[in-house]
Amino acid sequence: MSIVRTKAAGLVAGALSVALALSACGGGTGAASEDGNTDEGGDVTLTVSLFGTFGYEESGLFDEYEASHPGVTITYESIQQEDEYWPALQTRLNAGSGVADIQGIEVGRIRDVANNQGDKWVDLTTTSAAAQIEKYVDWKVAAATTDDGKVLGMGTDIGPMAICYRTDLLEAAGLPSDPDELASELGSWDDYVALGREYMANAPDGTAWTDAASGFYNAIISTESEIYYDEAGELVWDSNPAVRNAFDLAAEAGSEGLTANVQQFSPEWNQGFVSGSFATLACPSWMIGYIKGQAGDAGSGQWNVTGLPGGTGGNWGGAYLAIPTASEHQEEAAELLAWLTAGEQQAKVFANVGNFPSNTDGIAAVGDVTDDYFNGAPIGEIFGAVAEAAPTQIIGDDDGVIRNQLSRALDSVVANDVDPADAWVAAGDGIRNEIG
Amino acid sequence: MSVFTGDSARGAARRSTVPVASPVPDPSVDAETDAGADAGRGGAGWPDDDHQSGEGGWRKREIRLRLLRWEARFAPYAYVAPFFVVFAAFGIFPLGYTAYLSLHDYRLGSEMTWIGWGNYEWLFGNPKFYNALWKTFTLGALSTIPQLLIALGLAHLLNYRLRARNFFRVSMLMPYATSVAASTLVFSQVFGRDNGFVNWLLSLVNIDAIDWRNGNWLAQIAISAIVMWRWTGYNALIYLAGMQSIPMELYESAAIDGAGKWKQFIHITLPGLRPTILFTIVVSTIGASQLFGEPLLFDFGNPRGGAVSQYQTIGLFMYEQGWFYFQLGKAAAVAWVMFVLILGLVLINVGLTRWRTRESR
Repeated sequence: MSIVRTKAAGLVAGALSVALALSACGGGTGAASEDGNTDEGGDVTLTVSLFGTFGYEESGLFDEYEASHPGVTITYESIQQEDEYWPALQTRLNAGSGVADIQGIEVGRIRDVANNQGDKWVDLTTTSAAAQIEKYVDWKVAAATTDDGKVLGMGTDIGPMAICYRTDLLEAAGLPSDPDELASELGSWDDYVALGREYMANAPDGTAWTDAASGFYNAIISTESEIYYDEAGELVWDSNPAVRNAFDLAAEAGSEGLTANVQQFSPEWNQGFVSGSFATLACPSWMIGYIKGQAGDAGSGQWNVTGLPGGTGGNWGGAYLAIPTASEHQEEAAELLAWLTAGEQQAKVFANVGNFPSNTDGIAAVGDVTDDYFNGAPIGEIFGAVAEAAPTQIIGDDDGVIRNQLSRALDSVVANDVDPADAWVAAGDGIRNEIG
Repeated sequence: MSVFTGDSARGAARRSTVPVASPVPDPSVDAETDAGADAGRGGAGWPDDDHQSGEGGWRKREIRLRLLRWEARFAPYAYVAPFFVVFAAFGIFPLGYTAYLSLHDYRLGSEMTWIGWGNYEWLFGNPKFYNALWKTFTLGALSTIPQLLIALGLAHLLNYRLRARNFFRVSMLMPYATSVAASTLVFSQVFGRDNGFVNWLLSLVNIDAIDWRNGNWLAQIAISAIVMWRWTGYNALIYLAGMQSIPMELYESAAIDGAGKWKQFIHITLPGLRPTILFTIVVSTIGASQLFGEPLLFDFGNPRGGAVSQYQTIGLFMYEQGWFYFQLGKAAAVAWVMFVLILGLVLINVGLTRWRTRESR
């Protein structure tokens, strides 16, 4: 009889485990599709998924919106690393489920979105946010516009570029530490390198003129309008003298030892803000918040900001908000998106975390902001002027790949003593290998 | 015998009804035997039997028999199904889909286009691929060989009667219990150029700070140290288990013959451990060919493996294609080549084992 018993029990167990396995598989998709759940009676839950620090939660903007819009609940999540956020978002977009009603997009990804993902994102010109499109800096909107005129993302912040520096280190090396005096010595990037040599001659031990050759390269290239692609969308990085000159100058600074030989965003780089291993660095507006976070209270009053050499303008970073077509609450999401990216809210975010407005109303509103941490520097005025002078950059699909390979080559010049010319060739091989 | 009682009871019931040639089987007999059978099954099923009578009861019984036969035939498949369902979903399907992807140009977020062997041609003409293969080999050799030798020595020591032997044995396994991420992050600090512990130690003997991360062999040594720290204890315990299965008499008689500890190790321990050693070599080789987390985190999560890819393993190379450049087709091709290579390694290992065992006979 026992065999009968075990059989029956076994059959039940077998059937159960199959059922469990199947329901476990089904459970995932079920949970995902309930993400943007529609509540009864007009109440709506909007999900917002971002990366890094957009500053909305930090400035209490979600709470404020919920209070002024009864029935709207906002669920917010953020992944710190953009390079983890983006692949996850891409797989969800492809699967058509699990995306939030509002997603953040980094500026480096926006051309890829506009060129290849036109069907996955809502055209904002067809929503209530349309009225606001004209308010943003021109290039910001242009980058998010598809060939057939759809606008897929609305600008949050931009990254107007300046130079942040340690006043105490510059004084110790006998260089001017006043922002205007310093600016008058910096007529061009060549002057910047020349000043770096002067600094190194009298510099305190263990400090360098700037942080990394690749960061320096980024700063130079950020002032150009045509970089890796030309107006027609053709790859021109290897024939564009602007790229080669920026690479050579950065490599020169690196191989001469003007840089601290640290990788940006590495622990050693972070320590450098405290220990003073570099005296200056390319400093987009969002770097203001980063420096405060790394250097801490002890660094207050040590830092200052000045514009780019020759009063040029440049940009590094910034982001967009967009609505996936998979969202079930596109109209409500568009309303929230328009409110979050309006001038008033962007000004609040700037005051809180330093993300510079991309909305012209917002730029006007922050014009007189100063920062005590940076010796009372008029950061609103400085970054506003840079933003105004910044060129409209031509961004292509594979900008990220090319920039990555060139940065890597510059790192190898400093860290592995590779000859700059060889590094340039290696970068070229890497780029051709990757994008054909 | 009890196995057959259920059936014989049922057979008896049938015999008791059939010879009467009654078109209507006696429901009371039926109910009784069935109740008995049910009780025997722990009351697991067929509650409706009690309410059956006449033709229906016959048919029910036929159906039940058929069900039982069906169950006997198919139940085993149901038992093993969970594994195969999971294996199909997470093993076979990804394997097949990866093969399919590897024949396409597919950038995540855009359309898939068929390009045949294009990705493989790209791969085999790519110096970065050969660099990654070579680095996987050197990193594997640097971490595996010293690791197994140290593990062997440690196991030999632990095999002696020591004070607090169990404490030492357990502490060997502690590194194995830490996560790769945690140990790599700690070791990244330990090998830091500016404030690292290793450089501080070196500074005590007046050696200048070493840039571990950016050196070619230096970085590989640092990464190997992480791998070794994590796995040496694990292998030592496996060796220890193997050593304890070697009969003590062999050592005793060797000692009587005048063999010292070293000779005993060479002539008794090593031959006795041969199958264990082969096992650890196979497992470590496979582990080394999949080295990923340590070199990834050693470069702060960047899959390039250092500015000149001086420690980019094949796993990192695949990840870089797939999740850094989103070239899923190319990444899939790397995955398949990697799969075939590991398969080849395993086959070579198995062949070696067979050859060695045949030779030792």
